Amino acid sequence: MKLPAPPLPKALRRSPPRPGQDDRNGKNGKNGAPATKPTPKEQAIEGTASVVGWLDERTGASPFLRGFLYRKVPKGTNWYYTLGSATMFAFLSQAVTGVFLAMYYEPDPTRAYESASRITNEVFLGEFVRGMHKWGSTVMIILIFLHMGRTFVFGAYKYPRELNWVIGVVLIVLTLMMGLTGYLLPFDQRSYWATEVAVNLNASGPLVGPYLADFLRVGSEFGPTTISRFYALHMLAVPGLIAALIGAHLYLVAKLGTTAPPWLKAEKKDLLKEEV
Amino acid sequence: MADSPKKFDKQSRYTEGRGIAGAFEGETITRRRLMEGTALAAGGIATMAFALPGLGFALGPLFEDTNPTIWQDVGPEGDFNDESYVPRVMSLDPEIGDAGKTTIYVRQFNKDIDKVIKGQDPQPYVVISTRCAHLGCPVRYIQASQKFVCPCHGGVYDSQGKVQGGPPVRPLDRFYTRVSAGGRVEVGDRFSLNSQLERFAPRDPSNHLDGLWQYIYPSRPTT
Repeated sequence: MKLPAPPLPKALRRSPPRPGQDDRNGKNGKNGAPATKPTPKEQAIEGTASVVGWLDERTGASPFLRGFLYRKVPKGTNWYYTLGSATMFAFLSQAVTGVFLAMYYEPDPTRAYESASRITNEVFLGEFVRGMHKWGSTVMIILIFLHMGRTFVFGAYKYPRELNWVIGVVLIVLTLMMGLTGYLLPFDQRSYWATEVAVNLNASGPLVGPYLADFLRVGSEFGPTTISRFYALHMLAVPGLIAALIGAHLYLVAKLGTTAPPWLKAEKKDLLKEEV
Repeated sequence: MADSPKKFDKQSRYTEGRGIAGAFEGETITRRRLMEGTALAAGGIATMAFALPGLGFALGPLFEDTNPTIWQDVGPEGDFNDESYVPRVMSLDPEIGDAGKTTIYVRQFNKDIDKVIKGQDPQPYVVISTRCAHLGCPVRYIQASQKFVCPCHGGVYDSQGKVQGGPPVRPLDRFYTRVSAGGRVEVGDRFSLNSQLERFAPRDPSNHLDGLWQYIYPSRPTT
């Protein structure tokens, strides 16, 4: 017996089965026999595949991802080629731990030290997350310089990759700026005096130096808004730029490909001769 | 000249000469180009509308005096003498608590030691700032050797605050002083000095004030 359809709006009604699909009574199997019920494993695979297919159909991501993730790399590619990715993961780790530290940190000259020591001493796992952020910053700087050294020694900065070298140098400067602006935030004696010296180093630049120092300090003396300016630079301005430039850096790596190590000679010269 | 009727001049002053398809008389620019220009200009104006105020907001403190003069009482006149320095603590910025405090060294003006510069009224007290003129570390007065010594990079100053060794580029800064009606010593704004102890608007550490060097380190617009 067929019941009349409930008066639902069109969007909520079940669509009729597509040709070849099981109908809603599960009866369109071979020779009209009921189709076998798929196992949970099959259902899981089918479900995942259909979600991925839905996304892929609407974004066209798979040709891009295939080109990006399965691109050809030259013979001789070795572990040194992972230093760039390692730097990027160090940055991601800094970003994630930084977000969680920002939930407890207060960028105020009278509260900064207390809130930082509260993170270390009272917050659950606070010492660990702060430690990761602190040591991670050093790790990132070491990795980025090793990555630059690899690029230099392997000659990977040469045509057509000069622009990527330039972007990389800007990224190093921005990473050092992260180190400088982050150093003030714990607001203990060491960070205060180190920042004082760093700002005065900026002031020693001719013509623009004094203005640059005033910009960093928000005025002629270290004042109530200096720490919030460093905080804003440290967690908004500079990381945003770094993320954008990492995107450009990676795009160029995928677009131009990587270089073979310099010690790799062209193989089988005889073959080349035969082609001529 | 007009050997080929299909040759058009993009710089022509006349509609016909430019050869724009479907142009009305008087038009010298294609509509597509006009729309492109309009869209770019609108985007540019919209960007400037938030970028310029934002930039001004960030740079604003450069052009305003963020440290208004506060005269701070550092003790009665009887506390100080004209031969040796007495350390005192004053606040450069009362809003930031302990971080705004600094040590100063106070001594009465001594006409045998302190030179009077022509055209500059001498201060009743010599108040030496402890901010090193190299990179701003705190200097300390060593009574035995009568020198100011900086712990960071080894700057040495004589008892007048003049550079005797190390990297500093000019003498130690000083502060304006006055004596209140009740006989109390009050300390005001900072000022910088060149090697002749002539007074200048306050500068950052590391900024030279002598010879040609002084011109590449401009003073603030506000001072």
